[in-house]
Amino acid sequence: MMDWPILSVLIWLPIVGGVAVLMLGEKRLELARWTGLAAAVATFVLSLPLFQAFDRGTPNMQFQELVPWIETFNLNYHLGVDGLSLPLILLTTFISVLVIVGAWGAINQRVAQYLAAFLILEGLMVGVFCALDAFLFYVFFEAMLIPMFLIIGIWGGPNRVYATIKFFLYTFLGSVFMLVALIYLYLNADSAAILDLHQLPLGLTEQIWIFIAFLLAFAVKIPMFPVHTWLPDAHVEAPTGGSVILAAIMLKIGGYGFVRFSLPITPDASLTLDWLLIGLSLVAVVYVGLVALVQQDMKKLIAYSSISHMGFVTLGLFIAFAIFARTDGTSGAALGVEGAMVQMMSHGFVSAALFFCVGVMYDRIHSRQIADYGGVVNTMPWFAAFMVLFAMANCGLPGTSGFVGEFMVILASFQANFWYAALAGLTLILGAAYSLWLVKRVIFGDIANDKVAKLKDINFREGLTLGALAVAVLGFGIWPQPLVDLMHASVDNLLTHIAQSKI
Amino acid sequence: MMANQYLAIALAPLFGAIVAGLFGRQIGRAGAHWITIAAVTVSTVLSLDVLRRFLFDGLPVYNESVYTWMVSGGIRFEVGFLVDKLTAVMMCVVTFVSLMVHIYTIGYMREDPGYQRFFAYISLFTFAMLMLVMANNFMQLFFGWEAVGLVSYLLIGFWYKKPTAIFANLKAFLVNRVGDFGFLLGIAAVLMTFGSLDYAEVFAAAPTATGATIELFEGRPWDLMTVICILLFIGAMGKSAQAPLHVWLPDSMEGPTPISALIHAATMVTAGIFMVARMSPLYELSETTLSVVLVIGAFTAFFMGLIGLVQNDIKRVVAYSTLSQLGYMTAALGASAYSAAIFHLMTHAFFKALLFLGAGSVIIAMHHKQDMQEMGGLRRYMPITWITGIIGTLALIGFPGFSGFYSKDAIISAVEHAGRAGQGFATVALVAGVFVTALYSFRLLYLTFHGKPRMDDHTREHLHESPWVVTLPLILLAIPSVGIAWFSAGPLLFGDFWGDAIFVAEGRDPLSHLREIWNGPVGFALHGFVTLPVWLALGGAAIATYIYLFNPALAGSIRKGLGPLVSVLEKKYGFDELYQKLFASGSRGLGSVFWRGGDQTIIDGLIVNGSARTVGWLSGVVRKIQTGRLYAYAFAMILGLIGLLGFVVYRGQA
Repeated sequence: MMDWPILSVLIWLPIVGGVAVLMLGEKRLELARWTGLAAAVATFVLSLPLFQAFDRGTPNMQFQELVPWIETFNLNYHLGVDGLSLPLILLTTFISVLVIVGAWGAINQRVAQYLAAFLILEGLMVGVFCALDAFLFYVFFEAMLIPMFLIIGIWGGPNRVYATIKFFLYTFLGSVFMLVALIYLYLNADSAAILDLHQLPLGLTEQIWIFIAFLLAFAVKIPMFPVHTWLPDAHVEAPTGGSVILAAIMLKIGGYGFVRFSLPITPDASLTLDWLLIGLSLVAVVYVGLVALVQQDMKKLIAYSSISHMGFVTLGLFIAFAIFARTDGTSGAALGVEGAMVQMMSHGFVSAALFFCVGVMYDRIHSRQIADYGGVVNTMPWFAAFMVLFAMANCGLPGTSGFVGEFMVILASFQANFWYAALAGLTLILGAAYSLWLVKRVIFGDIANDKVAKLKDINFREGLTLGALAVAVLGFGIWPQPLVDLMHASVDNLLTHIAQSKI
Repeated sequence: MMANQYLAIALAPLFGAIVAGLFGRQIGRAGAHWITIAAVTVSTVLSLDVLRRFLFDGLPVYNESVYTWMVSGGIRFEVGFLVDKLTAVMMCVVTFVSLMVHIYTIGYMREDPGYQRFFAYISLFTFAMLMLVMANNFMQLFFGWEAVGLVSYLLIGFWYKKPTAIFANLKAFLVNRVGDFGFLLGIAAVLMTFGSLDYAEVFAAAPTATGATIELFEGRPWDLMTVICILLFIGAMGKSAQAPLHVWLPDSMEGPTPISALIHAATMVTAGIFMVARMSPLYELSETTLSVVLVIGAFTAFFMGLIGLVQNDIKRVVAYSTLSQLGYMTAALGASAYSAAIFHLMTHAFFKALLFLGAGSVIIAMHHKQDMQEMGGLRRYMPITWITGIIGTLALIGFPGFSGFYSKDAIISAVEHAGRAGQGFATVALVAGVFVTALYSFRLLYLTFHGKPRMDDHTREHLHESPWVVTLPLILLAIPSVGIAWFSAGPLLFGDFWGDAIFVAEGRDPLSHLREIWNGPVGFALHGFVTLPVWLALGGAAIATYIYLFNPALAGSIRKGLGPLVSVLEKKYGFDELYQKLFASGSRGLGSVFWRGGDQTIIDGLIVNGSARTVGWLSGVVRKIQTGRLYAYAFAMILGLIGLLGFVVYRGQA
């Protein structure tokens, strides 16, 4: 345990840093850039003690902070982390540094505002993962939309207005229902503490309504088929940093929502409706995988690939119930849930890396169309090596982090049903097909045109960004134990909790 | 003590690969080949030492974990080594052939700009292959399995400017992934059944799973062991290129020749054979699977060999020969003759690597032309390549006394006495395959080295034997191609060399028949002359000699006479076209339908933008009410007031 409020620092340091950058403004740009970088790096460094000091033996919330917020309604500024949220916080602080570094050369307009938006966004995202009060969670959850809305709307591509409105309405529509559900739960439990809501007894009908309300919010966020179509549009229009944060972290908030709210608050509804979630997850893997195959725009392809990979997260979470039904004990289910968590982390690295890669090419040629490239390896060999590595991670090659989560979820789903595993396993073929076909058309081949011929290989800053991600991707692929080890106690606790009926 | 040695064997090539790959520019070309060759030499020497200790010092089987990869759901996923005699043989084959290929590459890739990268790749491959054969659990096996696939992908596409090469490497990876899909499901089935992925634990528990069933379809129980073994075998079909997943191997010839020898002949493609032999305690529990394996192997052995007859690209002939020989190994597995399969794997590794490297030597001399129709008469210019080529060919066709004879004869005899469904077909296919093998092998030999030179003058003037870095590996590979079986056939096939590494069910030894007539390598070779396969091989060789050496015009008229058959063979039975239409175009078509129809039309068009349009239309309607005219509002208010009043009065009365 810390003798200083580490979680508050991780939330407010980047926000304060963001405001400072905003005030320094365009006039003192260099100073603003370095201030932004310092804030992001400091946040990352300060988040590392979390990993060190975290007690892996207990599922209880750690590093808790509790300050009354709105006393009339018994709402609290209540923070804490467990094994489910801690990895995601580290992911957030890590990726944020890379985004700030990545903005150095790529963004030339309203730079200070851009950096500020990302820093504030970082604080809010950490807040989402730390919040233990339902309404505090909701405030962070909604507030997060604003900087992202601005990032796409201001620094985005030509069709950014359509994309931002679609993004905003989609996610907002979902979260309104969540708000209704939270108010209902709050009135029933007479508490807004998320952990109290976990214990609240609810009838099946109530649970199903609440489950659906949460589902609307989180299914849009993660996103699940058929509410996924905002994501490709948002990615295509977003600047590189926006895509990176969107894919690497914001999608994970959907998955986090399922484990923090849906499963523990409405376990019986989750059990009743698991077929729906499993079905939609498998559709995501197969249908969206096929859609990814025919994309002409690199960012769209990676966006669809993200949706397909998120299918493994929801699959891993909800097959738990099917495994309960088939076997006694929770060991197979733990494999699935931990697989889902690992998949979220891994996708955070891999999708971030792939969007950075597209950004590197876009900065040079200003096109995202696959057809405008070909033979990039001839002029950018180091870049090509990174791109092939991340494409391989994207198709789940053992030795990369992309393998671990998919492997665990497929192993677990086999225990539920052979066909779940078989359909999920198709990702081995589809993922390789769309990832490596992309590589074939963009990276390999003879130099396709004059623009490719003039390409310069990655610079030091880009190398640093991609290199850091490569280390993460390979590191967790070769030794995922430190990551999984963080989760055991919390996952076991979650599974014991959801295995018991609330009715 | 041994732990360090095993670690060194596996990690030395990885170290070489990393140095050559990341610091290629700094250490230069010579630096790259020295460091990787030194590293692989270390692995080779240490591997041979391991085998020596097994043979003479009675080294115990090693089965230890190196580190815990992950613990989840109470299951320990370890990275560790299992080194028994089966592993030791594989380690020696892999490292020895790899070392030969490393040396050879100095000559073959001399002028290539990607020199350092190439050495990095082949060293990385050696590491991955060692991880595969040394694994003591399914997870690590899968790691090695996919890692060799990755390096194979990188190496087939090594000349990335060549459109055919980058098509071939994508195809290879995807077809292998189809196999890996089955393999992964097989691993999941193993985990579900036994609760562990550790070989020793799974094999020990395997007998308890006999009779267990799994319902893949409601109400139709299937034998669990059969399901597990077939799923795992799908992986082997991908990696070891068995029909119908064989289509990637001929195309893989787009890669540089050294890797065709190392990866696509001697080592990686035999991973499937090794895997099934390693899993013999599981496969022995499913008679059904073994029959499937037997038939698929025999089918591949015969029908892929036939295609070799009509190929003109020197490497493709050898590639189809490899498919066919892998079929022999697979058939041996299906006959429960695991030791014969591994023995043929070993002899084949030597003589097929020799044939490939010999073909490469020819290709160097021909300035990277590979069409045999433009060769001929090369024996005068490159005697070492020619003689070693003859040795490789004799070993391949199973000429008595050469290594391939012992292994192939053992396989055919084992299949004859397998005693299970499919054995009749398999025996006929394998015996007929011997004739085909001799025919295409000697055709290759004559078209390349004999007859009149058919190349252009420029090429002919520059013909010369390859440098010593190329010929030395040829010679070093020719030695085991001739003689490796003389002292190893006895213990490996008929002795109890393998110990517990290979398991054959009680009373089911298909080699027992052969053991009775085994009287040492010389006697056995002499006995060969009274058996049908040897005469078929000699017959094939004789026919090839007559056609291609004495009466070259005959080849053309035979080809014409057998027109339809030849065209079926030239189309490779249409597998490629079918897959291209069904899977490549099919999945893209399906993707387009889902994208345009599902995502764009229904979800976005109808629902998302549709609801936006509905809101827009509705607000348009509502907007009409807000006219801005005061009297209209006043009128509405009065109406409302009357309505409200009426309601209250009505309620009051009731």
